[in-house]
Amino acid sequence: QSTLVVAEHNNDTLTPITLNAITAANKVGSDVSCLVAGTNCAKVAEQLSKVQGVKKILIAQHAAYKGLLPEELTPLILATQKQFGFTHICAGASAFGKNLLPRVAAKLDVAPISDIIEIKSADTFVRTIYAGNALSTVKCNESVKIFTVRGTSFEPAAVDGGSASSEEVSSSAAAGVSEWLEQTLTKSDRPDLASAKVVVSGGRGLKSGDNFKLLYDLADQLNAAVGASRAAVDAGYVPNDMQVGQTGKIVAPELYIAVGISGAIQHLAGMKDSKTIVAINKDPEAPIFQVADYGLVADLFKVVPELTEALKK
Amino acid sequence: MSARVLVGVKRVIDYAVKIRVKPDHTGVVTDGVKHSMNPFCEIAVEEAVRLKEKKLVKEIVAVSCGPQQVQETIRTALAMGADRGIHVEVSGKDYETLGPLQVSKIMAALAKKEEADLIILGKQAIDDDCNQTGQMTAALLDWPQGTFASELTLEGGKLKVVREVDGGLETIMINMPAVVTADLRLNTPRYATLPNIMKAKKKKIANVKPADLGVDVTSRLEVLNVDEPAQRLAGVKVETVEDLVGKLKESGRI
Repeated sequence: QSTLVVAEHNNDTLTPITLNAITAANKVGSDVSCLVAGTNCAKVAEQLSKVQGVKKILIAQHAAYKGLLPEELTPLILATQKQFGFTHICAGASAFGKNLLPRVAAKLDVAPISDIIEIKSADTFVRTIYAGNALSTVKCNESVKIFTVRGTSFEPAAVDGGSASSEEVSSSAAAGVSEWLEQTLTKSDRPDLASAKVVVSGGRGLKSGDNFKLLYDLADQLNAAVGASRAAVDAGYVPNDMQVGQTGKIVAPELYIAVGISGAIQHLAGMKDSKTIVAINKDPEAPIFQVADYGLVADLFKVVPELTEALKK
Repeated sequence: MSARVLVGVKRVIDYAVKIRVKPDHTGVVTDGVKHSMNPFCEIAVEEAVRLKEKKLVKEIVAVSCGPQQVQETIRTALAMGADRGIHVEVSGKDYETLGPLQVSKIMAALAKKEEADLIILGKQAIDDDCNQTGQMTAALLDWPQGTFASELTLEGGKLKVVREVDGGLETIMINMPAVVTADLRLNTPRYATLPNIMKAKKKKIANVKPADLGVDVTSRLEVLNVDEPAQRLAGVKVETVEDLVGKLKESGRI
Protein backbone atom coordinates (compact mmCIF):
# COMPACT_ATOMS: atom_id res chain seq x y z
CA GLN A 1 0.00 0.00 0.00
CA SER A 2 1.18 3.51 -0.70
CA THR A 3 -0.90 6.64 -0.46
CA LEU A 4 -0.59 10.03 -2.08
CA VAL A 5 -2.12 12.96 -0.22
CA VAL A 6 -2.68 16.00 -2.42
CA ALA A 7 -1.79 18.99 -0.24
CA GLU A 8 -4.00 22.06 -0.23
CA HIS A 9 -2.30 25.39 0.37
CA ASN A 10 -2.04 29.00 -0.76
CA ASN A 11 1.75 28.93 -1.44
CA ASP A 12 2.24 30.36 2.02
CA THR A 13 0.54 28.03 4.45
CA LEU A 14 -0.87 24.55 4.40
CA THR A 15 -4.68 24.36 4.66
CA PRO A 16 -5.48 22.56 7.95
CA ILE A 17 -7.69 19.87 6.36
CA THR A 18 -4.55 18.44 4.70
CA LEU A 19 -3.42 17.37 8.18
CA ASN A 20 -6.67 15.45 8.70
CA ALA A 21 -6.18 13.81 5.31
CA ILE A 22 -2.65 12.75 6.33
CA THR A 23 -4.07 11.04 9.42
CA ALA A 24 -6.61 9.22 7.24
CA ALA A 25 -3.85 8.21 4.81
CA ASN A 26 -1.89 6.66 7.69
CA LYS A 27 -4.89 4.50 8.55
CA VAL A 28 -4.57 2.94 5.11
CA GLY A 29 -0.87 2.24 5.52
CA SER A 30 2.33 3.91 6.67
CA ASP A 31 3.76 4.69 3.24
CA VAL A 32 2.40 8.22 2.80
CA SER A 33 3.63 10.79 0.31
CA CYS A 34 2.38 14.34 -0.12
CA LEU A 35 2.19 16.22 -3.39
CA VAL A 36 2.70 19.96 -3.15
CA ALA A 37 1.97 21.71 -6.42
CA GLY A 38 2.01 25.45 -6.82
CA THR A 39 3.77 28.45 -8.24
CA ASN A 40 6.09 29.03 -5.32
CA CYS A 41 5.53 26.45 -2.65
CA ALA A 42 8.91 25.81 -1.03
CA LYS A 43 7.59 27.25 2.22
CA VAL A 44 4.66 24.85 2.30
CA ALA A 45 6.94 21.92 1.49
CA GLU A 46 9.11 22.97 4.44
CA GLN A 47 6.08 22.99 6.77
CA LEU A 48 4.97 19.61 5.46
CA SER A 49 8.37 18.03 5.91
CA LYS A 50 7.93 18.32 9.70
CA VAL A 51 4.44 16.84 9.77
CA GLN A 52 4.29 13.42 11.38
CA GLY A 53 3.24 10.54 9.20
CA VAL A 54 4.62 11.87 5.92
CA LYS A 55 7.50 9.92 4.37
CA LYS A 56 8.10 11.82 1.21
CA ILE A 57 7.17 15.16 -0.28
CA LEU A 58 6.82 15.56 -3.99
CA ILE A 59 7.17 19.13 -5.14
CA ALA A 60 5.97 20.45 -8.48
CA GLN A 61 6.32 24.13 -9.32
CA HIS A 62 5.01 25.69 -12.48
CA ALA A 63 3.35 28.96 -13.46
CA ALA A 64 0.40 26.91 -14.74
CA TYR A 65 -0.43 25.83 -11.17
CA LYS A 66 -1.61 29.31 -10.29
CA GLY A 67 -5.00 28.97 -8.62
CA LEU A 68 -4.54 25.17 -8.41
CA LEU A 69 -6.91 24.56 -11.31
CA PRO A 70 -8.02 20.94 -11.74
CA GLU A 71 -7.35 21.02 -15.49
CA GLU A 72 -3.66 21.67 -14.70
CA LEU A 73 -3.24 19.52 -11.59
CA THR A 74 -4.91 16.41 -12.99
CA PRO A 75 -2.18 15.56 -15.56
CA LEU A 76 0.44 16.13 -12.85
CA ILE A 77 -1.27 13.76 -10.41
CA LEU A 78 -1.71 11.15 -13.15
CA ALA A 79 1.99 11.34 -14.03
CA THR A 80 2.94 11.10 -10.37
CA GLN A 81 0.67 8.12 -9.84
CA LYS A 82 2.20 6.43 -12.86
CA GLN A 83 5.74 7.08 -11.66
CA PHE A 84 5.27 5.91 -8.08
CA GLY A 85 2.37 3.47 -8.45
CA PHE A 86 0.31 4.74 -5.55
CA THR A 87 -2.53 2.43 -4.54
CA HIS A 88 -4.48 5.25 -2.87
CA ILE A 89 -4.90 8.95 -3.61
CA CYS A 90 -6.68 11.26 -1.20
CA ALA A 91 -7.25 14.88 -0.24
CA GLY A 92 -9.43 16.79 2.18
CA ALA A 93 -13.12 17.02 1.32
CA SER A 94 -12.88 20.78 0.86
CA ALA A 95 -13.91 22.83 -2.18
CA PHE A 96 -10.39 22.10 -3.51
CA GLY A 97 -10.43 18.32 -2.98
CA LYS A 98 -13.99 17.89 -4.18
CA ASN A 99 -13.22 19.81 -7.33
CA LEU A 100 -10.03 17.96 -8.15
CA LEU A 101 -10.13 14.29 -7.16
CA PRO A 102 -13.19 13.19 -9.16
CA ARG A 103 -11.45 14.56 -12.26
CA VAL A 104 -8.37 12.49 -11.49
CA ALA A 105 -10.50 9.41 -10.79
CA ALA A 106 -12.42 9.63 -14.07
CA LYS A 107 -9.12 9.81 -15.95
CA LEU A 108 -8.07 6.58 -14.26
CA ASP A 109 -11.51 5.06 -14.90
CA VAL A 110 -12.09 4.51 -11.20
CA ALA A 111 -15.03 5.51 -9.01
CA PRO A 112 -13.92 7.87 -6.24
CA ILE A 113 -15.43 7.89 -2.75
CA SER A 114 -16.41 11.29 -1.39
CA ASP A 115 -16.18 12.67 2.09
CA ILE A 116 -15.31 9.54 4.04
CA ILE A 117 -15.76 9.54 7.82
CA GLU A 118 -14.08 6.23 8.68
CA ILE A 119 -11.58 3.78 7.22
CA LYS A 120 -12.44 0.14 7.98
CA SER A 121 -9.62 -1.32 5.94
CA ALA A 122 -7.49 -0.41 2.94
CA ASP A 123 -10.47 -0.94 0.65
CA THR A 124 -13.50 -0.32 2.85
CA PHE A 125 -14.74 3.12 3.81
CA VAL A 126 -17.72 4.65 5.61
CA ARG A 127 -19.43 7.78 4.35
CA THR A 128 -22.68 9.55 5.03
CA ILE A 129 -25.55 9.70 2.55
CA TYR A 130 -28.88 11.56 2.62
CA ALA A 131 -27.49 14.48 4.61
CA GLY A 132 -26.09 12.21 7.29
CA ASN A 133 -29.36 10.34 7.81
CA ALA A 134 -27.71 7.09 6.79
CA LEU A 135 -24.19 5.70 6.88
CA SER A 136 -22.98 3.72 3.91
CA THR A 137 -20.11 1.25 4.19
CA VAL A 138 -18.52 0.90 0.76
CA LYS A 139 -15.98 -1.62 -0.46
CA CYS A 140 -13.89 -0.26 -3.28
CA ASN A 141 -12.69 -2.84 -5.80
CA GLU A 142 -10.87 -0.31 -7.99
CA SER A 143 -7.17 -0.76 -8.80
CA VAL A 144 -6.47 2.71 -7.40
CA LYS A 145 -8.60 3.91 -4.51
CA ILE A 146 -9.41 7.60 -4.57
CA PHE A 147 -11.20 9.36 -1.73
CA THR A 148 -11.76 12.69 -0.03
CA VAL A 149 -11.64 12.94 3.74
CA ARG A 150 -14.06 14.70 6.06
CA GLY A 151 -11.81 16.86 8.21
CA THR A 152 -13.91 16.62 11.36
CA SER A 153 -13.75 12.82 11.37
CA PHE A 154 -9.96 12.47 11.61
CA GLU A 155 -7.59 14.16 14.06
CA PRO A 156 -5.05 16.49 12.46
CA ALA A 157 -1.54 15.01 12.12
CA ALA A 158 1.06 16.58 14.44
CA VAL A 159 2.84 19.48 12.75
CA ASP A 160 6.26 18.75 14.20
CA GLY A 161 8.51 15.81 14.83
CA GLY A 162 8.34 14.47 11.29
CA SER A 163 11.24 14.29 8.88
CA ALA A 164 10.07 13.67 5.34
CA SER A 165 12.42 13.56 2.41
CA SER A 166 11.57 15.66 -0.59
CA GLU A 167 11.87 15.25 -4.30
CA GLU A 168 10.99 17.39 -7.30
CA VAL A 169 8.56 15.88 -9.75
CA SER A 170 8.45 17.09 -13.29
CA SER A 171 5.67 19.36 -14.28
CA SER A 172 3.53 18.55 -17.23
CA ALA A 173 2.89 21.01 -20.03
CA ALA A 174 0.11 23.50 -19.34
CA ALA A 175 -3.34 22.41 -20.51
CA GLY A 176 -4.28 26.03 -21.04
CA VAL A 177 -8.06 25.59 -21.18
CA SER A 178 -8.83 27.46 -17.99
CA GLU A 179 -7.54 30.54 -16.29
CA TRP A 180 -7.71 31.61 -12.67
CA LEU A 181 -8.67 35.28 -12.43
CA GLU A 182 -9.18 36.19 -8.79
CA GLN A 183 -10.29 35.17 -5.36
CA THR A 184 -12.34 37.33 -3.02
CA LEU A 185 -12.04 35.80 0.38
CA THR A 186 -14.24 36.93 3.21
CA LYS A 187 -11.95 38.81 5.58
CA SER A 188 -12.26 37.85 9.19
CA ASP A 189 -10.15 38.02 12.31
CA ARG A 190 -12.17 35.20 13.77
CA PRO A 191 -11.08 31.56 13.75
CA ASP A 192 -11.73 29.49 10.64
CA LEU A 193 -15.23 28.02 10.64
CA ALA A 194 -14.14 24.49 9.76
CA SER A 195 -11.58 24.22 12.56
CA ALA A 196 -12.85 26.57 15.31
CA LYS A 197 -13.37 25.12 18.79
CA VAL A 198 -16.52 27.19 19.25
CA VAL A 199 -19.04 28.08 16.54
CA VAL A 200 -21.98 30.45 16.85
CA SER A 201 -24.48 30.08 14.01
CA GLY A 202 -27.53 32.08 13.05
CA GLY A 203 -30.63 31.21 11.05
CA ARG A 204 -33.65 32.88 9.63
CA GLY A 205 -34.67 33.90 13.15
CA LEU A 206 -32.01 36.63 12.96
CA LYS A 207 -34.32 38.40 10.50
CA SER A 208 -31.54 40.37 8.74
CA GLY A 209 -27.86 40.41 7.94
CA ASP A 210 -27.39 43.42 10.23
CA ASN A 211 -28.68 41.46 13.19
CA PHE A 212 -25.78 39.01 12.78
CA LYS A 213 -23.84 41.65 14.73
CA LEU A 214 -25.43 40.12 17.83
CA LEU A 215 -23.68 36.87 16.97
CA TYR A 216 -20.35 38.53 16.17
CA ASP A 217 -20.43 40.20 19.60
CA LEU A 218 -21.14 36.86 21.24
CA ALA A 219 -18.47 35.14 19.13
CA ASP A 220 -15.89 37.71 20.24
CA GLN A 221 -16.40 36.65 23.86
CA LEU A 222 -15.91 32.99 22.99
CA ASN A 223 -13.18 33.30 20.35
CA ALA A 224 -15.72 31.61 18.11
CA ALA A 225 -16.26 31.38 14.37
CA VAL A 226 -19.63 32.48 13.02
CA GLY A 227 -21.71 30.27 10.76
CA ALA A 228 -25.20 30.28 9.36
CA SER A 229 -27.98 27.99 8.23
CA ARG A 230 -28.85 27.61 4.57
CA ALA A 231 -32.07 29.55 5.25
CA ALA A 232 -30.03 32.55 6.36
CA VAL A 233 -27.81 32.27 3.28
CA ASP A 234 -30.81 31.85 0.96
CA ALA A 235 -32.42 34.92 2.54
CA GLY A 236 -29.26 36.85 1.67
CA TYR A 237 -28.29 37.68 5.26
CA VAL A 238 -24.75 36.32 4.95
CA PRO A 239 -22.43 34.87 2.27
CA ASN A 240 -22.49 31.19 1.36
CA ASP A 241 -19.04 30.46 2.76
CA MET A 242 -20.65 30.75 6.21
CA GLN A 243 -23.13 27.99 5.47
CA VAL A 244 -23.06 24.98 7.79
CA GLY A 245 -24.89 21.95 6.45
CA GLN A 246 -25.19 19.20 3.89
CA THR A 247 -24.19 21.46 1.04
CA GLY A 248 -22.06 23.84 3.06
CA LYS A 249 -19.39 23.17 5.63
CA ILE A 250 -19.31 20.26 8.04
CA VAL A 251 -18.21 21.37 11.49
CA ALA A 252 -17.70 19.52 14.76
CA PRO A 253 -16.53 22.04 17.35
CA GLU A 254 -16.48 21.49 21.10
CA LEU A 255 -19.32 23.96 21.46
CA TYR A 256 -21.92 24.84 18.83
CA ILE A 257 -24.46 27.55 19.60
CA ALA A 258 -27.42 27.58 17.20
CA VAL A 259 -29.34 30.83 17.36
CA GLY A 260 -32.69 31.27 15.61
CA ILE A 261 -32.13 28.04 13.67
CA SER A 262 -35.07 25.65 13.36
CA GLY A 263 -32.88 22.61 12.68
CA ALA A 264 -33.69 21.42 9.16
CA ILE A 265 -32.24 18.00 8.29
CA GLN A 266 -29.70 19.53 5.96
CA HIS A 267 -28.42 21.89 8.68
CA LEU A 268 -28.14 19.09 11.25
CA ALA A 269 -26.00 17.21 8.73
CA GLY A 270 -23.36 19.89 9.11
CA MET A 271 -23.18 20.18 12.89
CA LYS A 272 -24.59 17.21 14.74
CA ASP A 273 -21.15 15.80 15.55
CA SER A 274 -20.40 18.88 17.67
CA LYS A 275 -19.49 17.84 21.20
CA THR A 276 -21.92 20.18 22.96
CA ILE A 277 -24.86 21.84 21.22
CA VAL A 278 -26.75 24.82 22.57
CA ALA A 279 -29.97 25.92 20.87
CA ILE A 280 -31.66 29.26 21.36
CA ASN A 281 -35.04 29.50 19.66
CA LYS A 282 -38.38 30.98 20.60
CA ASP A 283 -40.27 28.00 19.13
CA PRO A 284 -40.26 25.17 21.70
CA GLU A 285 -41.16 22.69 18.94
CA ALA A 286 -38.13 23.52 16.75
CA PRO A 287 -36.34 20.27 15.74
CA ILE A 288 -33.01 21.76 16.77
CA PHE A 289 -33.98 21.05 20.40
CA GLN A 290 -33.97 17.33 19.61
CA VAL A 291 -30.21 17.41 19.14
CA ALA A 292 -29.34 20.16 21.62
CA ASP A 293 -27.67 19.37 24.92
CA TYR A 294 -28.93 22.65 26.31
CA GLY A 295 -32.02 24.31 24.92
CA LEU A 296 -33.18 27.80 25.77
CA VAL A 297 -36.67 28.67 24.60
CA ALA A 298 -36.50 32.44 24.40
CA ASP A 299 -36.42 35.51 22.19
CA LEU A 300 -32.92 35.59 20.78
CA PHE A 301 -32.92 39.39 20.58
CA LYS A 302 -33.24 39.47 24.36
CA VAL A 303 -31.07 36.55 25.47
CA VAL A 304 -28.14 36.73 23.06
CA PRO A 305 -27.06 40.19 24.35
CA GLU A 306 -27.61 38.88 27.90
CA LEU A 307 -25.38 35.91 27.17
CA THR A 308 -22.69 38.17 25.69
CA GLU A 309 -22.81 40.35 28.83
CA ALA A 310 -22.73 37.32 31.13
CA LEU A 311 -19.59 36.04 29.38
CA LYS A 312 -17.83 39.39 29.85
CA LYS A 313 -17.98 38.94 33.60
CA MET B 1 -24.69 31.91 -30.43
CA SER B 2 -26.16 28.60 -31.47
CA ALA B 3 -25.03 26.49 -28.59
CA ARG B 4 -26.67 23.32 -27.42
CA VAL B 5 -26.81 22.67 -23.69
CA LEU B 6 -27.21 19.31 -22.00
CA VAL B 7 -28.70 19.41 -18.52
CA GLY B 8 -28.63 16.42 -16.22
CA VAL B 9 -31.68 15.92 -13.99
CA LYS B 10 -31.71 13.32 -11.23
CA ARG B 11 -34.78 11.86 -9.59
CA VAL B 12 -34.21 11.66 -5.85
CA ILE B 13 -36.24 11.20 -2.68
CA ASP B 14 -37.87 14.56 -1.97
CA TYR B 15 -35.78 16.74 0.33
CA ALA B 16 -38.61 17.00 2.88
CA VAL B 17 -39.02 13.24 3.34
CA LYS B 18 -37.63 11.67 6.49
CA ILE B 19 -35.20 8.97 5.40
CA ARG B 20 -35.63 5.45 6.76
CA VAL B 21 -32.95 2.79 6.54
CA LYS B 22 -34.21 -0.61 5.36
CA PRO B 23 -34.30 -3.25 8.13
CA ASP B 24 -31.98 -5.50 6.08
CA HIS B 25 -29.39 -2.67 5.83
CA THR B 26 -29.16 -2.80 2.04
CA GLY B 27 -30.25 0.78 1.49
CA VAL B 28 -32.98 3.24 2.36
CA VAL B 29 -36.72 2.82 1.86
CA THR B 30 -37.74 4.25 -1.54
CA ASP B 31 -41.04 2.45 -2.21
CA GLY B 32 -44.09 4.66 -1.75
CA VAL B 33 -41.86 7.63 -0.93
CA LYS B 34 -42.29 11.01 -2.63
CA HIS B 35 -39.59 11.73 -5.20
CA SER B 36 -38.67 15.02 -6.89
CA MET B 37 -35.98 16.51 -9.06
CA ASN B 38 -32.73 16.99 -7.14
CA PRO B 39 -32.80 20.66 -6.04
CA PHE B 40 -29.38 21.40 -7.56
CA CYS B 41 -30.56 19.97 -10.90
CA GLU B 42 -33.47 22.44 -10.80
CA ILE B 43 -30.94 25.24 -10.50
CA ALA B 44 -29.02 23.77 -13.46
CA VAL B 45 -32.18 23.66 -15.61
CA GLU B 46 -33.09 27.21 -14.61
CA GLU B 47 -29.65 28.47 -15.62
CA ALA B 48 -29.92 26.81 -19.02
CA VAL B 49 -33.38 28.30 -19.55
CA ARG B 50 -32.09 31.77 -18.65
CA LEU B 51 -29.26 31.39 -21.18
CA LYS B 52 -31.84 30.46 -23.78
CA GLU B 53 -34.02 33.42 -22.87
CA LYS B 54 -30.99 35.64 -23.41
CA LYS B 55 -30.60 33.92 -26.80
CA LEU B 56 -27.17 32.62 -25.87
CA VAL B 57 -28.16 29.02 -26.51
CA LYS B 58 -30.51 27.55 -29.04
CA GLU B 59 -31.49 24.23 -27.53
CA ILE B 60 -31.70 22.63 -24.10
CA VAL B 61 -31.69 18.85 -23.81
CA ALA B 62 -32.64 17.37 -20.42
CA VAL B 63 -31.10 13.98 -19.61
CA SER B 64 -31.96 11.56 -16.85
CA CYS B 65 -30.73 8.02 -16.18
CA GLY B 66 -32.94 5.47 -14.47
CA PRO B 67 -36.14 3.46 -14.72
CA GLN B 68 -39.42 4.58 -16.32
CA GLN B 69 -40.19 7.00 -13.46
CA VAL B 70 -37.33 9.35 -14.35
CA GLN B 71 -39.42 10.47 -17.31
CA GLU B 72 -41.48 12.47 -14.78
CA THR B 73 -38.30 14.29 -13.80
CA ILE B 74 -37.52 14.97 -17.46
CA ARG B 75 -41.10 16.29 -17.91
CA THR B 76 -40.50 18.72 -15.06
CA ALA B 77 -37.41 20.01 -16.85
CA LEU B 78 -39.39 20.30 -20.09
CA ALA B 79 -42.09 22.26 -18.24
CA MET B 80 -39.41 24.62 -16.92
CA GLY B 81 -38.26 25.31 -20.47
CA ALA B 82 -36.02 22.50 -21.75
CA ASP B 83 -36.74 21.66 -25.40
CA ARG B 84 -36.49 17.89 -25.43
CA GLY B 85 -35.49 15.02 -23.24
CA ILE B 86 -33.35 11.91 -23.34
CA HIS B 87 -34.24 9.06 -21.04
CA VAL B 88 -31.28 6.75 -20.56
CA GLU B 89 -32.93 3.56 -19.45
CA VAL B 90 -31.23 1.85 -16.52
CA SER B 91 -33.23 -0.44 -14.25
CA GLY B 92 -33.04 -3.27 -11.75
CA LYS B 93 -29.64 -4.19 -10.37
CA ASP B 94 -27.85 -1.79 -12.74
CA TYR B 95 -29.89 1.12 -11.37
CA GLU B 96 -29.11 0.13 -7.78
CA THR B 97 -25.39 0.30 -8.44
CA LEU B 98 -25.49 3.23 -10.88
CA GLY B 99 -23.00 5.81 -9.64
CA PRO B 100 -21.41 9.07 -10.73
CA LEU B 101 -18.72 7.31 -12.83
CA GLN B 102 -21.28 5.47 -14.94
CA VAL B 103 -23.51 8.54 -15.27
CA SER B 104 -20.49 10.62 -16.32
CA LYS B 105 -19.72 8.12 -19.07
CA ILE B 106 -23.31 8.38 -20.26
CA MET B 107 -23.26 12.18 -20.16
CA ALA B 108 -19.93 12.33 -22.00
CA ALA B 109 -21.18 9.95 -24.70
CA LEU B 110 -24.36 11.99 -25.13
CA ALA B 111 -22.41 15.25 -25.27
CA LYS B 112 -20.46 13.88 -28.22
CA LYS B 113 -23.50 12.43 -29.93
CA GLU B 114 -25.54 15.61 -29.51
CA GLU B 115 -22.58 17.90 -30.23
CA ALA B 116 -23.19 19.84 -27.04
CA ASP B 117 -21.25 22.99 -26.25
CA LEU B 118 -22.10 23.14 -22.60
CA ILE B 119 -23.23 20.73 -19.91
CA ILE B 120 -24.86 22.12 -16.79
CA LEU B 121 -25.34 19.81 -13.81
CA GLY B 122 -26.17 20.25 -10.15
CA LYS B 123 -23.06 20.27 -7.97
CA GLN B 124 -24.35 17.41 -5.85
CA ALA B 125 -27.35 15.11 -5.50
CA ILE B 126 -29.04 15.18 -2.12
CA ASP B 127 -29.33 11.39 -1.98
CA ASP B 128 -25.76 10.08 -2.32
CA ASP B 129 -24.13 13.50 -1.63
CA CYS B 130 -21.27 12.52 -3.96
CA ASN B 131 -20.49 15.81 -5.72
CA GLN B 132 -18.57 14.07 -8.54
CA THR B 133 -20.55 13.79 -11.76
CA GLY B 134 -19.72 17.21 -13.24
CA GLN B 135 -16.02 16.92 -12.55
CA MET B 136 -15.89 13.39 -13.99
CA THR B 137 -17.90 14.26 -17.09
CA ALA B 138 -15.50 17.14 -17.77
CA ALA B 139 -12.54 14.79 -17.33
CA LEU B 140 -13.88 12.17 -19.72
CA LEU B 141 -14.45 14.81 -22.39
CA ASP B 142 -11.20 16.64 -21.60
CA TRP B 143 -13.26 19.79 -21.15
CA PRO B 144 -12.63 22.41 -18.50
CA GLN B 145 -14.92 22.52 -15.48
CA GLY B 146 -16.58 25.38 -13.63
CA THR B 147 -17.85 23.71 -10.48
CA PHE B 148 -19.92 25.14 -7.60
CA ALA B 149 -20.94 28.08 -9.77
CA SER B 150 -22.74 31.05 -8.25
CA GLU B 151 -22.50 33.20 -11.36
CA LEU B 152 -22.11 32.30 -15.02
CA THR B 153 -21.39 34.67 -17.91
CA LEU B 154 -20.67 33.92 -21.55
CA GLU B 155 -17.93 36.19 -22.83
CA GLY B 156 -16.67 35.84 -26.39
CA GLY B 157 -16.94 32.08 -26.60
CA LYS B 158 -15.58 31.62 -23.10
CA LEU B 159 -17.30 31.19 -19.78
CA LYS B 160 -16.63 33.34 -16.77
CA VAL B 161 -17.56 31.38 -13.69
CA VAL B 162 -17.72 32.71 -10.16
CA ARG B 163 -17.25 29.73 -7.84
CA GLU B 164 -18.22 29.16 -4.23
CA VAL B 165 -15.01 28.13 -2.45
CA ASP B 166 -14.29 27.59 1.24
CA GLY B 167 -13.24 31.09 2.18
CA GLY B 168 -15.35 33.11 -0.24
CA LEU B 169 -15.54 33.33 -4.02
CA GLU B 170 -13.18 32.57 -6.88
CA THR B 171 -13.46 33.69 -10.49
CA ILE B 172 -12.19 31.60 -13.38
CA MET B 173 -12.40 31.88 -17.15
CA ILE B 174 -12.80 28.62 -19.06
CA ASN B 175 -12.88 27.67 -22.70
CA MET B 176 -15.98 26.17 -24.25
CA PRO B 177 -17.13 23.45 -24.56
CA ALA B 178 -17.25 23.08 -20.79
CA VAL B 179 -19.05 21.52 -17.84
CA VAL B 180 -20.56 23.77 -15.19
CA THR B 181 -22.05 22.60 -11.90
CA ALA B 182 -24.63 24.73 -10.12
CA ASP B 183 -24.35 25.85 -6.52
CA LEU B 184 -27.24 27.24 -4.46
CA ARG B 185 -26.89 30.90 -5.23
CA LEU B 186 -26.64 30.60 -9.01
CA ASN B 187 -30.35 31.41 -9.36
CA THR B 188 -33.79 30.69 -7.93
CA PRO B 189 -35.54 28.10 -10.08
CA ARG B 190 -38.97 28.97 -11.45
CA TYR B 191 -42.08 26.94 -10.85
CA ALA B 192 -43.50 25.29 -13.91
CA THR B 193 -46.79 26.96 -14.81
CA LEU B 194 -49.82 24.93 -15.84
CA PRO B 195 -49.71 26.06 -19.50
CA ASN B 196 -46.04 25.10 -19.61
CA ILE B 197 -46.76 21.74 -18.00
CA MET B 198 -49.36 21.14 -20.73
CA LYS B 199 -46.90 22.20 -23.44
CA ALA B 200 -44.24 19.92 -21.99
CA LYS B 201 -46.46 16.91 -22.63
CA LYS B 202 -45.99 17.46 -26.35
CA LYS B 203 -42.21 17.71 -26.16
CA LYS B 204 -40.23 14.65 -27.19
CA ILE B 205 -38.36 12.30 -24.91
CA ALA B 206 -36.01 9.93 -26.71
CA ASN B 207 -35.21 6.59 -25.17
CA VAL B 208 -31.70 5.14 -25.22
CA LYS B 209 -29.86 2.42 -23.37
CA PRO B 210 -26.32 2.75 -22.00
CA ALA B 211 -25.19 0.00 -24.41
CA ASP B 212 -26.44 2.10 -27.36
CA LEU B 213 -23.97 4.72 -26.21
CA GLY B 214 -21.20 2.17 -25.73
CA VAL B 215 -21.25 2.59 -21.97
CA ASP B 216 -20.70 -0.31 -19.60
CA VAL B 217 -22.55 0.44 -16.35
CA THR B 218 -20.76 -2.15 -14.22
CA SER B 219 -19.73 -0.68 -10.87
CA ARG B 220 -16.66 -1.67 -8.90
CA LEU B 221 -18.01 -0.17 -5.71
CA GLU B 222 -19.91 -2.49 -3.42
CA VAL B 223 -22.20 -1.16 -0.72
CA LEU B 224 -21.75 -3.59 2.17
CA ASN B 225 -24.13 -1.97 4.63
CA VAL B 226 -26.38 1.00 5.09
CA ASP B 227 -26.94 1.86 8.74
CA GLU B 228 -28.70 4.41 10.89
CA PRO B 229 -26.33 6.97 12.33
CA ALA B 230 -26.00 7.12 16.10
CA GLN B 231 -28.85 9.23 17.40
CA ARG B 232 -28.05 12.22 19.51
CA LEU B 233 -30.04 12.28 22.71
CA ALA B 234 -31.98 15.43 23.41
CA GLY B 235 -30.54 17.21 26.40
CA VAL B 236 -32.17 19.50 28.88
CA LYS B 237 -34.06 22.77 28.62
CA VAL B 238 -32.61 25.64 30.59
CA GLU B 239 -34.76 28.51 31.79
CA THR B 240 -32.39 31.46 31.88
CA VAL B 241 -29.08 32.71 30.52
CA GLU B 242 -27.50 32.30 33.99
CA ASP B 243 -28.64 28.71 34.02
CA LEU B 244 -27.12 28.14 30.56
CA VAL B 245 -23.81 29.76 31.48
CA GLY B 246 -23.72 27.65 34.66
CA LYS B 247 -24.27 24.43 32.72
CA LEU B 248 -21.60 25.31 30.15
CA LYS B 249 -19.10 26.12 32.89
CA GLU B 250 -19.92 22.87 34.69
CA SER B 251 -19.26 20.88 31.54
CA GLY B 252 -16.05 22.78 30.90
CA ARG B 253 -17.12 24.18 27.54
CA ILE B 254 -16.51 27.79 28.54
